[in-house]
Formats: sequence, structure tokens, C-alpha cells
Amino acid sequence: MKFDRIDKVLRATVLLLALSAPSAGLAKLTIEITGGAGSGIPIAVVPFKWSGEGSLPEDIGAIVAADLYRSGRFDLKPPSDFLSRPSQESEVRYKDWRLIKAETIVVGAITRSGENEFDVNFQLLDVYREKIKIGLRFTVSEDQLRQVAHQISDRIFDEMTGIDGAFNTRIAYVTMKQKENGDRLYELMVADSDGHNPQQILETTNLPVLSPSWSPNGRDLAYVSFADGRSGANVWIQNIESGKRRPVARFDGTASAPAWSPDGRALALTVSSAGNTDIYILQVASLEIRRITKSRAIDTEPAWAPDGSHLVFTSDRSGRPHIYRVNTDGGQIRRLTMEGKENAAASYDPRGERLVLVTNRGQGSGYQIGVFYLSDSRTDVLTEGTLDESPTFSPNGAMILYATKMGREGVLAAVSADGRVRQILKLHEGDVREPAWSASR
Amino acid sequence: MRRFGTIFLTLFLAIAISGCAASKKKGGSVEVEDATIGSSTDSSSSGIGSEDTTAGEIIILESDDQGDMDDPLGQRVVYFDFDSANLTPEAQMVVEAHAQYLSGNPGMAVVLEGHADERGTREYNLALGERRANSVSEIFQALGVAPDAIRTISYGEERPVSMGQDEGAWSLNRRVEILY
Repeated sequence: MKFDRIDKVLRATVLLLALSAPSAGLAKLTIEITGGAGSGIPIAVVPFKWSGEGSLPEDIGAIVAADLYRSGRFDLKPPSDFLSRPSQESEVRYKDWRLIKAETIVVGAITRSGENEFDVNFQLLDVYREKIKIGLRFTVSEDQLRQVAHQISDRIFDEMTGIDGAFNTRIAYVTMKQKENGDRLYELMVADSDGHNPQQILETTNLPVLSPSWSPNGRDLAYVSFADGRSGANVWIQNIESGKRRPVARFDGTASAPAWSPDGRALALTVSSAGNTDIYILQVASLEIRRITKSRAIDTEPAWAPDGSHLVFTSDRSGRPHIYRVNTDGGQIRRLTMEGKENAAASYDPRGERLVLVTNRGQGSGYQIGVFYLSDSRTDVLTEGTLDESPTFSPNGAMILYATKMGREGVLAAVSADGRVRQILKLHEGDVREPAWSASR
Repeated sequence: MRRFGTIFLTLFLAIAISGCAASKKKGGSVEVEDATIGSSTDSSSSGIGSEDTTAGEIIILESDDQGDMDDPLGQRVVYFDFDSANLTPEAQMVVEAHAQYLSGNPGMAVVLEGHADERGTREYNLALGERRANSVSEIFQALGVAPDAIRTISYGEERPVSMGQDEGAWSLNRRVEILY
């Protein structure tokens, strides 16, 4: 509903693609899990009962099961093992579930309650204590059913792990397709965290798009693009619902690397003017801009501490790129990363305890994603690519989404913050890159 | 022999640029030149301690004979070492030739497009492309090209000319295109 206007643009684009290349489908991300399955909390998600006519509008049970599986923290029992298919607690024979070693089960039902209105009932059941842990009912329209499924996943995740769920959130990313005539087509996309419901926010030809950053309320995206082939990169703010956008930095030179402040009022960004690349803070309402760093080095990729008190950024002032911190008034600049040949593109986890970053450990190792612990300055390297980049924490700090290569193709990947589970999110065609995970729906 | 000539000229430029740039900007400005032109004097003798040295070879391939002034104006692209904005002696020659041509033809506008290879983050590479374009711009200005006639623009790693994933491809992508 929200996306009606953009949806039309998207459909038009898809239609054009379909005409020119029959194999082109909707630019949906497909997910491949590459590790970590078979361990975690044993759970059975029973397919939700549908008592309406025709086919089930959205298979909520399947969406929930997929969410839990992707988190890497659950051992999902296969539905083929189920001895019964209850849809509510009163129908459950707990011994059926003890037999297949499910400690927890999810049951539910969907009924049509109006013209475009559905009731979704769901329960989370403790098999050994034989009791209901959570029971919820939602009344929603058809286009909200997937969102309800993700909310159910969030509640289960929260209950079972003690960590806020982050399934009912969105991600932004950039796709690039090279056409036969050599033109490069860039699209800025917004999708659910599982890659569904992709919405095209922006399309450009030969004008690169990079570094999307979500506003804390999830309504706007700041990103870097070019107005035309004549002027340098600029930072833009675009409202997702209306599609309206505006350039925020008006001066000669390049503006890039926007990062929204936790209070949503300011952007930290990089400005290159008169040959100097430094960090600035721009007030979103007034466009008043203040310089934070002054060095002859490249200072870029600012990111805010969760409490807004300081920034971390990349600087090559010591020769190679490393991570530094600076107060928002420009004071107390300090180098944080001492290990590795290069470190770049750092950002905080929601609690302010860790940074996720791109690290190059030297000896031709290339670039991987690492987690840097501020308490003891240790870096855990989580990935094995050679050109991994653009890491972004999930809003609950449990997962990291990043960009990597499969052959020559850019794909998105996610890894749990402990490095245990990894998954690849692939497009049908073209490159996917520059992921950013929204803190809110 | 020619190499020494280039070093001498570079030194001269470094002094000339830091002088004029310092007077143009408000404060803390001398640093810029240090980071770029000043250290390129080292590069011609030592090779900057960078990992890659192919940049020079590519220029040689294109110009056949580096000792000859074999129309450096025919070359519109200069190449750089990894993570460096320092001009190799060969690139310096090409840039100087264009600078002389443009300063003799006032009214012509030039765009300096800086690019990087895919290694390193996209944002860092955007800044690196900018730094490379600025290295060239500074020489242009020192040799009399009007600042108003020069526009620099960086595309970072976003517009590679070679799609390979090896040093051969990367060395072609680390470049400044001189467009007029």
C-alpha cells in the first residue's frame, strides 16, 4: 500500500526487462545457507492451518521457519517427520513432539475475517512443560501478512534467545547491471530483511550509486550519487514513501559517505574540497555544515557511536587506512585499530561494544569482514573472501550483512556475529552490493 | 638523463605549488601538496615502496619509447601505483605536455577524472580517485592552466575499464583521464 507509486515504477521496469530479456525475472534475492545448520534450539514449525477458499495468500509458517533457520540459532525439525499437524494448543499431543525431539513448537492458523482482512493466530509451545509460552492474534490485510510472519519470528527469537528479533526490518542495497551497449544501470533497492518485497527507489544510467544509510526511523535513505556526468559525487536524501529526493551538500567538490546520527537530525559525511578529504557534520533541516577533521590525509567513512557522542572513521594519516575516533566537536582524535595492514568502513553495533569493519591482514590476504572489540582491541576475522566490503550490523547486533564476490559477480552475504553461520543472498542477474540494514521497519 | 630532468622539474613544482596554494586557501593548506607532489620526487627514485610497479610499464607500452617526446599529447590517461596518487616520471611527462598545451590555449576546459581499482572500500577509493585527479590538477595549475578551466571528478572504483581481477586489470583501472 505504502509503495503503490514506486511499485508502479518497478512493474514498468520489470516489464521492460521482460521484453528485452525473457529470462529476466523480478530482482528478488534468493538465499543460500552455507553453514551452521543442524545445531541450536530444536524447534518444529507446524504449517499454519488455512481455512479459507483458494490457496493460502502467504505461507506464514514457512516464512517463520525460514527466518528462524537463517538466524543459525535453531535446529528446525523437517515437516516430513511430524506425526500430527495441530493448529492450536488444544489439538496438540505433546508426546508426538517429544518423539521427534522438538523442545518447542510453533502452531497457528489463518482465517479470512473480511473482504481484505485476515486473522492470524499463533502460539509458541513448550513441549516438556506442556504449556503456552506465547499466544498472539493479528488482524491484518493481505499485504501485511509477510510482515506479521516476521513479527512472529521476532517474538519467537526474543523469547528463545533473549535477543531482540530483527526479522521485521528492511535492508537497502544497490544493484548494477551492465547492458549490451556497455551502459551501467544502477538501482537503489529496499527489501524486507529476507530479500522479499524488493522496491526500486532509484534508477540511474552510468551514474554510480553507493553508501545508502537509513534514517533511524526508517523513512529516509541518504546515499551517494551523481547528478550528471559533469559534477562530482553528492549526498542525497530520499524519502522512501514519496520517492522525493534532494541533494544535501551544495558546494564545489565531492560529498560522500553519509551516516545518519542516532537522533536523526544530522548526517556525518565526507567532503572533498580544495583537494582535502575530511569529515563534516551536516544538520539535515538547515543544511548547516561543520568541519570535524582537518588533515591532509583521506578521512572518510564516518559512523556514529550509538549514543551520538563521537564518530569512528577511516583515515590514512598514518600511511595506510585505519580506524580512528573523534568527538563530534572535532576533539580527542585517537587511532583505534593497530593490527592488520588496513582497516576501513567501521560501524558500531547497537550496544557500542564492537565495530564491524573491513580488514586487510597483509601478505596478499585481501579484504575480509572483521569484528573489532573495543574492550581489548582484538579483531575476529569472520569471512574468507578477498574483496569483502560494506559490512552492516543487523539492528540487534546478531548478524552482519556484507558484500562479497562469487566469481566476478557481486552478491550479498550474511554472517552471524560469532562467525558460525553464513548465507549468500543472490540476484538472478547483475551485481548486488552496498547493503545497509535498517534499525526499524 | 631525462629522469633527472623530471625530478628537477617536480621539485620545482612542489615549491611553486605549495607557495601558490597556501596563499589561496584560508588555513592549514600547505599539507595538501606535501601529500601529493612533494612525495612524488621520492617516487621517481625509489618507487614509493608500493606493492605494484606495473603502472610505469603500461605507459612504456603505449608510448614505445620513453626517452622520446613521442607525442605525449596522444596519451589521455595516466596510471598510478596501488593506493598512490603520486605521478610516475612517465605520467609526469604526459601531464606536463597537456598542461603546456592547455595553458597555451586558454578558454579550453579540461575534466580530470580520477579512478581507482576495486581493492579497498568504495568510499576510500572515491577519495583516492579525487586525490589522483587533484595531483594532476595541481601540476596543471602550476604550469599556468587557469583553475577555472579545470574540473576534477572522482568515480572511485565505480567505472573500471578492465573487468579482470588481477594486477593487469587493476593497473589499468588506477588512472586519471584527461578529457578535453
